[in-house]
Amino acid sequence: MSITTPPKAGGATRPPGEPAPSVPIKAIKLRHPWRMVFAILLVVVFVSIVVDAALRPAYDWPAVGKYLFDRRISQAAVVTLQLTVYSMVIAIVLGVILAVMRLSPNPVVKSLAWFYLWIFRGTPVYVQLTIWGLISLIYSSIDIGIPFMDPWVSFSTNAALSTFTIAIIGLALNEAAYMAEIVRAGLLAVDSGQEEAATALGMSWSQTMTRVILPQSMRVIIPPTGNEVISMLKTTSLVTAVPFSFELFTRSRDISAETFNPIPLLIVASIWYLFFTSILMVGQYFLEKRFARGVGDRQPDRKDAVGTGTGTLTGVVPVIGSGQPSVIAPPRENDPPANPGGVK
Amino acid sequence: MTDVNTQAGASVTIPPMVLAEQVSKSFGSNEVLKSISLEVKRGEVMCLVGPSGSGKSTFLRCINHLEVLSAGRLSVDGELIGYRETNGKLYEMAPKEASRQRRDIGMVFQRFNLFPHMTALENVMEAPIRVKGLPKAQVERSALDLLARVGLAERADYYPAHLSGGQQQRVAIARALAMEPKLMLFDEPTSALDPELVGEVLDVMKGLAKSGMTMIVVTHEMGFAKEVADSLVFMDGGVVVEAGDPDEILTNPQHRRTQAFLSKVL
Repeated sequence: MSITTPPKAGGATRPPGEPAPSVPIKAIKLRHPWRMVFAILLVVVFVSIVVDAALRPAYDWPAVGKYLFDRRISQAAVVTLQLTVYSMVIAIVLGVILAVMRLSPNPVVKSLAWFYLWIFRGTPVYVQLTIWGLISLIYSSIDIGIPFMDPWVSFSTNAALSTFTIAIIGLALNEAAYMAEIVRAGLLAVDSGQEEAATALGMSWSQTMTRVILPQSMRVIIPPTGNEVISMLKTTSLVTAVPFSFELFTRSRDISAETFNPIPLLIVASIWYLFFTSILMVGQYFLEKRFARGVGDRQPDRKDAVGTGTGTLTGVVPVIGSGQPSVIAPPRENDPPANPGGVK
Repeated sequence: MTDVNTQAGASVTIPPMVLAEQVSKSFGSNEVLKSISLEVKRGEVMCLVGPSGSGKSTFLRCINHLEVLSAGRLSVDGELIGYRETNGKLYEMAPKEASRQRRDIGMVFQRFNLFPHMTALENVMEAPIRVKGLPKAQVERSALDLLARVGLAERADYYPAHLSGGQQQRVAIARALAMEPKLMLFDEPTSALDPELVGEVLDVMKGLAKSGMTMIVVTHEMGFAKEVADSLVFMDGGVVVEAGDPDEILTNPQHRRTQAFLSKVL
């Protein structure tokens, strides 16, 4: 029972001053029998649900197969994508504007942005979409000109705004309120030293924003924005409130109203939604990787950086660019000396 | 002020690089700077020392208008900072004018504040391209020269996260020099560094001082102050307690507060 004595075999040949080689641990592994039991139980439950679903006539799988690539459904899928992309693009632009307004030193600008958020975050999107649908009752014509004078141009609201346009406006204005908060959090997450450094270099406010602050805040903004896009894809199913009926969910409901067989069509719609959200998740992965440049990945060599986990970073990192030398690559063999000669 | 007799015999006044007259700064009711009057000549290296909270950094930040003065006047190279004086009246400067003044004043921060999403080279190139609008190829050449000057030519394509603290601070110095400033401000440039990395940054600063750059350095490195500084200012509680020749002050401090401070740091 001697713990400190090194094995005899290596002792004789070891040069003096070198530490004794450590002895590998040989121990019997701790067993986790319950893990196996739970795993088997869960697999059994899962498989039985799947088998049951496959055999249950109410799901009517042949009908699912028949309608999955039905022309009306695939067209509706395209419309759903259009609604998502258009309203999200408008929402992001508007969200950036609102976020910058909320950080403005001007109290009027700040309050206006706050008021917008209060209204659009404080009421349900379904109610908002319904109100947008009734917009022509509230404003029968759209007039462009000087207030209280004869307008230069005047449109009938019904003629100017299709239900598709109204659906996009409704979704975008609601989403902008959420995007504003996400962008604001991203801007605030950038270390204040960054703005100072840019200012000290003589950069203007807009240069500081576009070149220094926004690119860095992207890292914080993108993960929640990805969630918002996925959420928006699903929220498009509410535009039936406008009423706009050419997107995936309403279309599949309309078809099942003819066939009196709603369940397979709901499954068809769900499969399409899942397909799109899966694609969006892959896109988000690559976007996050792109904006993680210079942060987190320890290897300067791009090839080595793959798999170090930068792309999978989905949490929100509160402070970036603080200049802390916390992430330092270990010195490599071919490193040049720290300061060859300094300034001459 | 320095009076120089030109060949024609007329006396021309060359303004000092920095002239602070009764500069005060308050944050709310907290008076951080109390009537500071200082003069930094061209080519002079001035070290500002003192306990933390003595107002050294605030004073430095006032010089490039990162902080707005509460009272007094501050001018760099004869030009009033942050204000324009017309017919005896002061007008606050538009951000654009303030930016123009800052271009000529380089600043190095305690925490480096490099842009983490840009490589070392891109950090150095950013301001000359965006602010001065110089052509990219020309800027890249001089940026590589600057990086070589601070001993980091091999690290041009590294992101700040892949550089040690000392290397980051040297890139930050190169970034400030890229704007060809007439005055460099250093705000505790070595305080956030591991002890073994301090030397490489100080070496770069010594080289810069030798090249004739006017520098104001807030530091706790008394060795650097003794070796490089032309003048030393000891601040405490927002006032200048003692100012003069570094050797004199460090070896034979006159004021009790200076003595107390130096006994702790030396």
